[in-house]
Amino acid sequence: MKELLWLVVAFPFAGSLILMLIGKRLSRMACAFVGVGSILLAAVFTFIVGVGFLHNNPSSVPFNQSLWQWINVYGLTPNIAFHLDTVSLTFVFVITFVGALIHFYSAQFMWKDEGFTRFFVFMNLFVGLMLLLVLTDNLLVLYFGWEGVTLCSFLLIGFWYKDSANGYAAQKAFIVTRVGDTSMLIGLFILFMTFHTLNIQDILTAAPSTWLVSSGPAVLTAFLLLGGAIGKSAQLPLQTWLPDAMLAPSPVSALLHAATMVTAGVYLIARTHVLFELAPLVQSVMAMIGAATLLVAGLSALNQHDIKKVLAYSTISQIGYMFLALGVGAWSAAIFHFMTHAFFKALLFLGAGAIITVLGEEHNMFKMGGLRKKLPIVFWTYLIASSSLAALPFVTAGFYSKDKIIWMSYASDKGSLWLWLAALLGALLTALYTFRMVFLTFFGNSKTEPTHRPGAFITMPLVVLAVLSFAAGFIELPATMGHFTLLSDFIEKTLPAANTLHFSYATELLFQLISIATVIIGIFVAYKYYYNKPFPAAEPERNKLQAFLYNGWDFDLLYDFLFVKPLVFLSRIDKNDFIDLFYKGIESLMGALHKVLSATQNGKVRRYAMSIAIGTIITLTILLFL
Amino acid sequence: MNIPMEHGILLAAILFSIGLTGLLVRRNVIFMLLSVEVMLNAAGLAFIVAGAARGQADGQVMFIFILAMAAAEVSVGLALIIKMFKIFNSVDIDKADTMNG
Repeated sequence: MKELLWLVVAFPFAGSLILMLIGKRLSRMACAFVGVGSILLAAVFTFIVGVGFLHNNPSSVPFNQSLWQWINVYGLTPNIAFHLDTVSLTFVFVITFVGALIHFYSAQFMWKDEGFTRFFVFMNLFVGLMLLLVLTDNLLVLYFGWEGVTLCSFLLIGFWYKDSANGYAAQKAFIVTRVGDTSMLIGLFILFMTFHTLNIQDILTAAPSTWLVSSGPAVLTAFLLLGGAIGKSAQLPLQTWLPDAMLAPSPVSALLHAATMVTAGVYLIARTHVLFELAPLVQSVMAMIGAATLLVAGLSALNQHDIKKVLAYSTISQIGYMFLALGVGAWSAAIFHFMTHAFFKALLFLGAGAIITVLGEEHNMFKMGGLRKKLPIVFWTYLIASSSLAALPFVTAGFYSKDKIIWMSYASDKGSLWLWLAALLGALLTALYTFRMVFLTFFGNSKTEPTHRPGAFITMPLVVLAVLSFAAGFIELPATMGHFTLLSDFIEKTLPAANTLHFSYATELLFQLISIATVIIGIFVAYKYYYNKPFPAAEPERNKLQAFLYNGWDFDLLYDFLFVKPLVFLSRIDKNDFIDLFYKGIESLMGALHKVLSATQNGKVRRYAMSIAIGTIITLTILLFL
Repeated sequence: MNIPMEHGILLAAILFSIGLTGLLVRRNVIFMLLSVEVMLNAAGLAFIVAGAARGQADGQVMFIFILAMAAAEVSVGLALIIKMFKIFNSVDIDKADTMNG
């Protein structure tokens, strides 16, 4: 059954191609059928392949499927081939299942949009490229998928291209991730120069015998790959594009900018984990970047009023947790959090999209309020997802995944008290901003009336995702609460287990109690300050510090000052140098001559007669007197 | 009686100048057509005078040519004026400057 793996990738591409070629002639219903059906089929085949992969395969031996050789130049012979192991299976599962639910939702969400077909072309293309990225067995095809999803992100952020703000946001996302991509590309060059192949498994096998731990090239390569991951996953200092990407339609935010694409960086690092283990320095930098990002983004999320911006900063912050986990070597904890995060964050974005639509494109949380009674299904599902995001103890998936990261940031041999404190503070912030959002949106007085109830296609994915963000946590329980390790056993067949220092159960329990208390304090503070409080229905007033945090720590201003302004200044100087002056001279001479000539061609018959007369007189004068 | 050739040529020159001036200063396209006629006749007169002075028939032959051509010119010109009036709703030649390049 697992031989059908290629179909999982082929379906989304086929859907995109069909819609691209004949989408204009199909009815809207047929477009929806093709667009949603292709991803649905991919999900079904993922299930079939997954069952086939796990059946009679207790040690989960990776399955390779080679389709054809892509190119053959100077020893570079990348194949179009798939490598299915437990990590890629987890990613494929999340991409296709969450993707299918989001496509389902989009069919109704985008129904009245004039770019309905175009939307599904981009979305299907995105899913196909993302699956290619995750499943491929070599870094060149991975890079192709990597750039391809950036392109889809660009196209979908600028989906409503008639508003120039969307176009600028799309360009920003493209250019900022480009910085990381360049770094990654240089990393790939070094890998190819050293190993003469880009096949991931070959590199991972050869690397430990070629490079010493902490040797120069190993650290450099790991650093460059980390740069790529940071750009894609919106971590410090390349995080500025993600909040602006929220101008995309909500299903796009849910699929690309929360559940799948932005976690490609996490996937890349997990996939090439051997290279990072050879560079402990880079790993500790990664942990620090993750810790710093989760705090920076958490504080920004606390000062937003746009519901989608809160979720955007929250996404940056949660991916910060994943990087922290990767940095301390807790690979399976990162994948676990990736999975639960995909469920609850996709749900939050879809819920936010539903709210924004029924309130007539209202993004400001301070103008919402009181939606608990009016949109009960959205409220309950949103509440479950928010609890999961805030890591409400015991009952939510987010609790188990985040708790594991918080514990590992202390207990791992690469962890430290500082990382643990950052993670803990992040958990407090997460609980605080999440429930601030819930209380402002769903409780208190109603400030904007919903125009209609969301349809069945919109609420159904919400319910399914709510079940997942509740239940997905129970596949992995900490040692103190039952010690059930289904997922980490599964992942650790591919990725090494974390090296934990030995702690007693009492210590672990104490640390868990502290993090539980932190979350509850966070929720309580949010309740105290935001539950049923009469805020004016407008953008909140901010003092200087709040405005600074609201603007994402003014990173945009900093980059504007550091890069954009000098570049503009230089290009202005360059525009007026003597070489350009010469060519400008030619241009203005041509312009002047053109003006003279075009003046004669003025369409006035009397002028023509006059010039004939004058010309005749001059000719006669010359003939007579010379 | 014998008119000196200079007088005839001078008259033709005066007529030609009047026609040219009219062509240049009038904006009404009908008057411009009339001015062109005046200029044509001035040229014809010059041929007649020159032919008479030399005692040859060539000048008169040329005049008949000019006469025939003038008739054709007037008919084409008037047709164009009607067309122009239909398009621009005016006989002002300055209004017909859409070939402005």
